[in-house]
Amino acid sequence: MPMLEVKNLHVTVDGKQILKGLDLTVNKGEVHAIMGPNGSGKSTLAYVMAGKPGYEATEGQILLDGEDILAMPSDERAAKGLFLAFQYPLEIPGVATMTFLRTALNAQRKKRGEAELSTPEFLKLVREAAGKLEIDTDMLRRGVNVGFSGGEKKRNEILQMALLQPRLCVLDETDSGLDIDALKIVSDGVNRLRSPDRAMVVITHYQRLLDHIVPDVVHVLSAGRIVKTGGKELALELEASGYAQFQGEAALAS
Amino acid sequence: MNAELRSVKTNAERMLADAYQASKAKLPGGRKVVALREAAAARFDVLGLPNRRVEEWKYTDLRALIGEAKPLAGVPDAAAKARSKEAGLLIGDMDARRIVFVDGTFVPELSDLANLSPGLRIRSMAQALAAGDPLVDANLGKVVPAEREGVVELNTALMRDGAVIHVAKGATVERPIHLVFAATGDRPASVFTRSLVVIEQGARAMLVESHDATAGHQVNTALELVIGDKAHVDHIKVTSGPSDLVHISSLMAAVGAHARFNGFAFNIGGGVVRNQTFVRLDGEGTLTGLRGASLLKDKQHVDSTLVIDHKASGCQSREVFATVLDDESRGVFQGKIVVRQHAQKTDARMMTRALLLSDEAEADNKPELEIFADDVQCGHGATSGALDADLKFYLMARGIPEIEAEGLLVQAFVGEAIEGIEHAGLRDALMEHVVAWLRKRGS
Repeated sequence: MPMLEVKNLHVTVDGKQILKGLDLTVNKGEVHAIMGPNGSGKSTLAYVMAGKPGYEATEGQILLDGEDILAMPSDERAAKGLFLAFQYPLEIPGVATMTFLRTALNAQRKKRGEAELSTPEFLKLVREAAGKLEIDTDMLRRGVNVGFSGGEKKRNEILQMALLQPRLCVLDETDSGLDIDALKIVSDGVNRLRSPDRAMVVITHYQRLLDHIVPDVVHVLSAGRIVKTGGKELALELEASGYAQFQGEAALAS
Repeated sequence: MNAELRSVKTNAERMLADAYQASKAKLPGGRKVVALREAAAARFDVLGLPNRRVEEWKYTDLRALIGEAKPLAGVPDAAAKARSKEAGLLIGDMDARRIVFVDGTFVPELSDLANLSPGLRIRSMAQALAAGDPLVDANLGKVVPAEREGVVELNTALMRDGAVIHVAKGATVERPIHLVFAATGDRPASVFTRSLVVIEQGARAMLVESHDATAGHQVNTALELVIGDKAHVDHIKVTSGPSDLVHISSLMAAVGAHARFNGFAFNIGGGVVRNQTFVRLDGEGTLTGLRGASLLKDKQHVDSTLVIDHKASGCQSREVFATVLDDESRGVFQGKIVVRQHAQKTDARMMTRALLLSDEAEADNKPELEIFADDVQCGHGATSGALDADLKFYLMARGIPEIEAEGLLVQAFVGEAIEGIEHAGLRDALMEHVVAWLRKRGS
């Protein structure tokens, strides 16, 4: 059974149809890249998978391990192993990052019937994961993402991913706003999480992220549908020729 | 025509007037105090209970909210004293000198008056009134005379007991003083407490008031606070009680030059609560912070009203109030900053925020600026709204269930105001109340 199966997904946002019959199958151990021009529906796909309010699936299914997650609240999806790394991580003044991480981790463990972590166990985990991402633990005492630079926010997303150990990681434009050094740290963090039991969907506009996180499969999303699927060489092809050809094809198809 | 228009008295107003007539002979105080009471009772007779026709009470119409006045509380018996042993736990386990009032009467055997630090004097208001204490004589009713305030007049007429605290010039009181007010018993009663605190020049003290109640009592409590030049005073008031409790509190403070005053009011219970604060900045260069947090649910009505009067130049004041409203509760905030003509270089900022957790809750915010000087910095802001849906989604996307996600965001919201309390232990104790309140909400 594939880990993720998106079937004929139609999604509207504010009454506007964004995804128009999207199909996607991802097996465990695989890394899929979804590329596409602005407005093609990339972020909508990310949000609808995570269950953001206002993103309404009018038709189709999203199956995680064969179970439709569309009716589940976001927290249950997360407990089932879905993780979305946000394109624009939010700032939450007054909620310390440590508190946030610990609450999230323990909530997921609880839902899965596992014991909560003790304070020393938790601190050890955080310190290790933060160290690898070159995140200063002093920063974790501050409000979530408050006063963080763009790069620090993205590293904080990967830190959460490393701690929560999801089985399906969805990365939404993780490269946006990163300089080359930060891109390397973040990509290394993602690559460390690659495993035969874990799948990843990497959403990106540019090919450069895929130099660092090398995908097994590349999809082109245009006007709400996957219009082409290929190997990692497809990303290079797109970098050379641009998205215009696919926008034409999508226009014809719709 | 200057004749006072008197409206027909309500049942409660008649009962209060009768209670005064019946009890005045037994209330403490000599000739001067009797005259003070008589004058106050006469003014209350004209003013009556505050109601919606009085601008300052527009949102909290006591005439409509109080159907009948409860009988005056009796002197606490052994059972009442036993019940109040647990009172005051609202402030957690911070080390403080407990001064206990049960049903409005000072209880020495439950209070800690041993080893008062040099310069600190504490006695009960009843004793002070009876003895004609010069401190009371000089200050009572004179600190910040509340104009046309029916509830303060009523308090003056019927005051029975409270604390009288004096901190001498230059003295530092290390250990916080905790005034524990417990209204006990199953039978609702009216309780009138009046306290006077005088902190002389350069002195330092922290005062905590906690108000607990066990039934639908009607509490009218007032505190007059004199803060001398260069003194440093913290005042924290914590109020809790059942959903039929009526709690009316008036804080009247005068602040001397270069003094620091930090006030905080925390409300986590009661049916109808009014915390009114009148602060007058008499001397230049004062630093004043007035903050508060209220958590409301069911049909609670909590009103925070403050008037901060900048009478001298170069004073800084900050007001930050946060209110969380659930169910059908109603929160009122009225904040008025007055800057007198001579109070140049005033720096005053006021912020009030309401977080509505339910569609049926209501928040009324009324900030006001009255500025007569021309070289000042003043500002106010008021917001009310629901929890940020995007932040909630972000937390939930990490596996945090909805009610817990809301809880974290509420804690963050209230935390901003609570951060203003300097005492870490007290801050933690209040945050624990917030967490417990949220837990109850989630269950």
